[in-house]
Amino acid sequence: MLEFYEPQLDFGTPQSDSETLVTLIIDGISVTVPEGTSVMRAASEGGVKVPRLCATDSLKSFGSCRICLVEIEGRRGFPASCTTAVEDGMEVRTQSDEIGKLRRNVMELYISDHPLDCLTCPTNGDCELQDTAGEVGLRAVRYGFEGDNHLVAEKDESNPYFTFDASKCIVCSRCVRACEEVQGTFALTIDGRGFESKVSAGQAESFMESDCVSCGACVDACPTATLTEKSIIEAGKPEHSVITTCAYCGVGCSFKAEMKGNEVVRMTPHKDGKANEGHACVKGRFAFGYATHKDRITKPMIRESINDAWREVSWDEAVTYTAERFKAIQAKHGRTSIGAISSSRCTNEEVYLVQKMVRTGFGNNNIDTCARVCHSPTGFGLKTTLGESAGTQTFASVAKADVVIVMGANPTEAHPVFGSRLKRRLREGAKLIVIDPRQIELVSAPHIKADYHLPVRPGTNVTVLNALAHVVVNEALQAHDYIAERCDTEGFNKWVTFIADERHSPEQTEQFSGVPAADMRAAARIYATGGNGAIFYGLGVTEHSQGSTAVMAIANLAMLTGNIGREGVGVNPLRGQNNVQGSCDMGSFPHELPGYRHISSAVTRKLFEGEWGVTLDPEPGLRIPNMFDAAIDGDFKGLYCQGEDIAQSDPNTHHVEAALKSIECLVVQDIFLNETAKFAHVFLPGASFLEKDGTFTNAERRISRVRKTIPPLSGKADWEGTMALANAMGCDMHYNHPSEIMDEIAKLTPTFNGVSYKKLDELGSIQWPCNDHTPAGTPVMHVDEFVRGKGFFAITEYVPTEERVNRKFPLLLTTGRILSQYNVGAQTRRTNNSEWHGEDILEIHPHDAEERGINHGDWVGIQSRVGQTVLHADVTSRVKPGVVYTTFHHPVSGANVITTDNSDWATNCPEYKVTAVQISKVTAPSSWQARQKTFDTQQLQLLAKARQ
Amino acid sequence: MSMTFFIPQDTTALALGSDSVALTITSELKERGLEGEIIRNGSRGMFWLEPLLEVEIDGSRLGFGPVKPSDVPGILESLNSHDKNTKPGNHPLFLGKVDQIDYLARQQRLTFSRAGVGDPLCIENYQRLSGFVGLTHAIKLKSQEIVDQIKDSGLRGRGGAAFPAGIKWQTVLDTAGEQKYIVCNADEGDSGTFADRLLMEADPYQLIEGMAIAGLAVGANQGYIYLRSEYPVAHKILNQAIERATEAGFLGENICSSGNDFFLEVRLGAGAYICGEETSLLESLEGKRGMVRAKPPLPAIEGLFGKPTVVNNVLTLGAVATILEQGSKTYKDFGMGRSRGTLAVQLAGNVKRGGVIELAFGVTLREVVEGFGCGTYSGRPIRAIQMGGPLGAFLPESQWDTPLDYESFAAIKAMIGHGGIVVFDDTVDMAAQARFAMEFCAVESCGKCTPCRIGATRGVEVIDRIVQNQDRDNNLILLTDLCDTMELGSLCAMGGMTPFPVRSALTYFTEDFGGESPREN
Repeated sequence: MLEFYEPQLDFGTPQSDSETLVTLIIDGISVTVPEGTSVMRAASEGGVKVPRLCATDSLKSFGSCRICLVEIEGRRGFPASCTTAVEDGMEVRTQSDEIGKLRRNVMELYISDHPLDCLTCPTNGDCELQDTAGEVGLRAVRYGFEGDNHLVAEKDESNPYFTFDASKCIVCSRCVRACEEVQGTFALTIDGRGFESKVSAGQAESFMESDCVSCGACVDACPTATLTEKSIIEAGKPEHSVITTCAYCGVGCSFKAEMKGNEVVRMTPHKDGKANEGHACVKGRFAFGYATHKDRITKPMIRESINDAWREVSWDEAVTYTAERFKAIQAKHGRTSIGAISSSRCTNEEVYLVQKMVRTGFGNNNIDTCARVCHSPTGFGLKTTLGESAGTQTFASVAKADVVIVMGANPTEAHPVFGSRLKRRLREGAKLIVIDPRQIELVSAPHIKADYHLPVRPGTNVTVLNALAHVVVNEALQAHDYIAERCDTEGFNKWVTFIADERHSPEQTEQFSGVPAADMRAAARIYATGGNGAIFYGLGVTEHSQGSTAVMAIANLAMLTGNIGREGVGVNPLRGQNNVQGSCDMGSFPHELPGYRHISSAVTRKLFEGEWGVTLDPEPGLRIPNMFDAAIDGDFKGLYCQGEDIAQSDPNTHHVEAALKSIECLVVQDIFLNETAKFAHVFLPGASFLEKDGTFTNAERRISRVRKTIPPLSGKADWEGTMALANAMGCDMHYNHPSEIMDEIAKLTPTFNGVSYKKLDELGSIQWPCNDHTPAGTPVMHVDEFVRGKGFFAITEYVPTEERVNRKFPLLLTTGRILSQYNVGAQTRRTNNSEWHGEDILEIHPHDAEERGINHGDWVGIQSRVGQTVLHADVTSRVKPGVVYTTFHHPVSGANVITTDNSDWATNCPEYKVTAVQISKVTAPSSWQARQKTFDTQQLQLLAKARQ
Repeated sequence: MSMTFFIPQDTTALALGSDSVALTITSELKERGLEGEIIRNGSRGMFWLEPLLEVEIDGSRLGFGPVKPSDVPGILESLNSHDKNTKPGNHPLFLGKVDQIDYLARQQRLTFSRAGVGDPLCIENYQRLSGFVGLTHAIKLKSQEIVDQIKDSGLRGRGGAAFPAGIKWQTVLDTAGEQKYIVCNADEGDSGTFADRLLMEADPYQLIEGMAIAGLAVGANQGYIYLRSEYPVAHKILNQAIERATEAGFLGENICSSGNDFFLEVRLGAGAYICGEETSLLESLEGKRGMVRAKPPLPAIEGLFGKPTVVNNVLTLGAVATILEQGSKTYKDFGMGRSRGTLAVQLAGNVKRGGVIELAFGVTLREVVEGFGCGTYSGRPIRAIQMGGPLGAFLPESQWDTPLDYESFAAIKAMIGHGGIVVFDDTVDMAAQARFAMEFCAVESCGKCTPCRIGATRGVEVIDRIVQNQDRDNNLILLTDLCDTMELGSLCAMGGMTPFPVRSALTYFTEDFGGESPREN
């Protein structure tokens, strides 16, 4: 979908969702639009462009520029077309001599306070002010340029990605309004009055000092060169663009990659992208420079041992070498001694190929994916209760929610574009319940205040969820008819007896969770009775020893209150990585084939065996933690790890490192020499999302196209690398394009039957299930009945984690994310995003800090039962006493040196969110950190040798 | 003989020393061993007589003014004198019976009938003077019946725009919404206006009553008075009045046992002229910058916090109480054409007798300025009159016979506005006044729309060039174009009406704008 560069079509004002239609005449053209549409938008839809400056269709009309004035039959004067709503039979003239003169005169005022440097201006040719001056035919500025003006106003270049040049500002407030209406941060304002009015970040701060989160909404909204990307200032206007999908979080924003030749000069959020509708965050919008970072490795490399220097080789040699070693290992240690880990950052097609290679080429089911360590409990929990391992809604559905529960998720940091949607709805008056140990931004932000914050003690989620359900049942607030009609009666009756027991009451469970009983009661009541109730949750729910139990408890609560199966409600996991949903869908769990069908099913196996021409092993293979254990035990010797940095991201680093060192042939395919690659024997260069075709599936089951904007730097996209390896292993794979892989997926997977690249191009994106029944996809699931037939209420007994505080480890450490960095940071650390977050820090409550003599900024040691690391302290009441918190974006932080082997009972998802620790003031980094530094230096030297 | 002294606590009277007069009376009475009660009343609005001391003797109110503290002993002596030659009537400041002072007696006071009569905070006094009768009537009516009364009365908004109040109320009544608001615009910022202040300081319960009636009429249970911060006395009086009215059951829950609630609060502005514009006022009331909102949506449909809201001026809401008390027909019988009822003219500037003059619509400007104002303070001839605040046109003598009527004024591209009249004598430089109009707009513009934000600043520059004879003809064309742009293109009346004083100055006082035959003073 290559397109010559064009700014995205702008209708001027937002769409009206009224169902009543109104017909009017604009410049003699009859136009029919929904009631509530502005005259400006109606004109646009009728193909008539009304000149304008302060209007853009992502923002409510404002009426300040006075360029869009029109004449309306029977009305006095010149109404602004942006703020005037259409009426049936209205007759509008958008052009007349009087209008023309008025517009020219207004434009003349603008230009009397604007530099005349169009030819050397960074947005020359891409400037609405310039275009509009042309449209209105301005030919002279009779006021001259000697009058009062802002031409010498200073530039603010503090933001690494964009510049604010106040001398070019026309004070249309589009940036201020975008910050408020689209992003919801309220960082910008207009300072001063009248002619002195100027855009100001915070209280006369620089953009970087202010609350600005660098989402880019203001830059997008700016009609002049005032707010301009530094990349555009440097490179100039793009010449073509390609629509693709962001490779960061699970929101799956659609972007236009704007190009000059083979260089991406800008990523702009795509208005037609249904996940983001034209919005973006600092990662997707700006942090794409990693793709061409000097650290990229673009040639395959091999080495005998991890103490050897790397040697650059051809793809053929690398692949042949790998296949030989894998075959040798299998010959010696058995068929199941090798396996693979697929990547949630790679495309569906790539994930599918990896699992296919394992099942057909390796001859076993030792395939797992990083969803193991994040949302595997979601898969299990939702499949058990509702029948499908996926969220029930679209993101847009939140606009119809009345009560929102956000649990163990921090959308404004980790899913910022969804966070902005949610904030918009909250500003409209929806109620909010936050269940989180920390005071996340949503608890209290500009114009947002959580109605209830239930600061649950880490590890006790199930008690809170049970207590909420208990209140609903004991106060008879449940949706009786819904349950009777749609849920399994026997299961429900058993569950009601279970949940009604006094031990689940808020008053009884308060002792575990630390959440005041009265707040739990009140929260349960508003969720049950406040209209559409929607639950959004994240890894704070799943990454626990009872992660699956908590997911089921969430599903129970939603079914109990009738909050599944329509817009505005639902159970919605917020997925961490761009394609976690997809990688799960594509059969990369050891027990499941694509479409979540168990490997033990002979019928399913027969279907795949028929297509793949092999016999499949009916036994589930190893999960990631099992692979580590088996490696240490000497039973697992070969691993192909694509696009995942298990050495940094998986818990108990000591254990992971021991496992990796035990592997005889570790093959890493990645774009950088990540932490895992430092233990590898074969390095296959990966391709970034800009370098390949494919699809990603976001948290709302939305399949979106990833489109190649530049050729793969290594010569092969990841699917091509996998295919080469598979063929070397003896498979017979021949795909000319990922679309052919998707065709195979569609053929074999009922929920994907109707998916094809052709249809994706037509529809833009598709939410699975997509088949003959739902040819355009399924925005809301479980509409008339649950996928499993009757909804199942699972018993959710609280079992405390074994990870408990005691005198030696009196604090609970929990972990999370920060806006500017992504996951293990391999990408974002190689961008200017590190200006916001250069290191991981430990949040500790002033109480706990004072007891330990810790001041803000001190080095503190964090000692758990399994390891120790050292970070700087941030003394803050965002965490409550007894709880400490950090992020894990930087390898040197060693956050996973301290996390333990505990995991979810059902899925082995690690218990990242609960680690008992002691904190003490120290003077130097830990011994692990010192060793890590030495190892890192050594490995980089071994890499440098390959490049000499 | 016990006497009651009335000394206003009105801002103007205070500024002219009424506190000192009151203190002097207290000490002088004590010294003389005399009994006397001092009541701090509101002003009668005859500001040229302030401080106006009134003494009630045998049911008559005798006036002295303007009184300085040094006049007090003499006045007291005259009051107690049995000597024919030194009786009060012979005191040089003696004004006779106050209600017979010509300036007052010739007025047709409805809204200001109680002003200055007694302690503005005394509810009993208010009720004795027919206060809360309108509210009592309203409680017996259905919402629609109250709105109909206002419609029938012909009452139009007194803030300046003269929009029919009843139609505005009907819109709010007809708009569905659980929460509605009554907002009183008391951000009286026009030059030469002070009638709102007088009402709030002299008769605050009337405003409270009017707002409560408005609440009943449209189904609003919350009212706000948006008061300019420059009115500290009014602020204090209003707050006390609200407190007392609440205690007495006229405000708060279940007002007058009607089953309806009406809560009222005063909110202070922060000094911006533009917040007198209703949509900016609402923004400010919501705690935001005072920026004009585009209309539609009308505040009646999406007003304060997005809810249906009545925004009316102090005098409009005051008139509501009168209409409900005396009936819409009585009110409508005053006035002319489509301008019904009375207008509170505020006479100020270079004028001998400034004050509030309440008259039925229809009287001419000349009758007010000459008949009540008695010419200029300086004694020089009047050259120009600006009516309607800083956005009102300058009127040359040829237009002074225009009757005070919204339509008659509109016909000469002038406006009555809030009823403020500012008088200039023949020393005025009208080019400077035109420049000031643009400068005022530049200073007070909210900065939202371009014609006002940039246009006003350019307007000052263009007028300067005209006066300096730089490229005069082209700059005159440019000024006309600019005035057109501001008038036709501005978002609100601030930019839209700034051309009125500019154009009128240029049209009728061209000689002040330099050129070949500059005016000689």
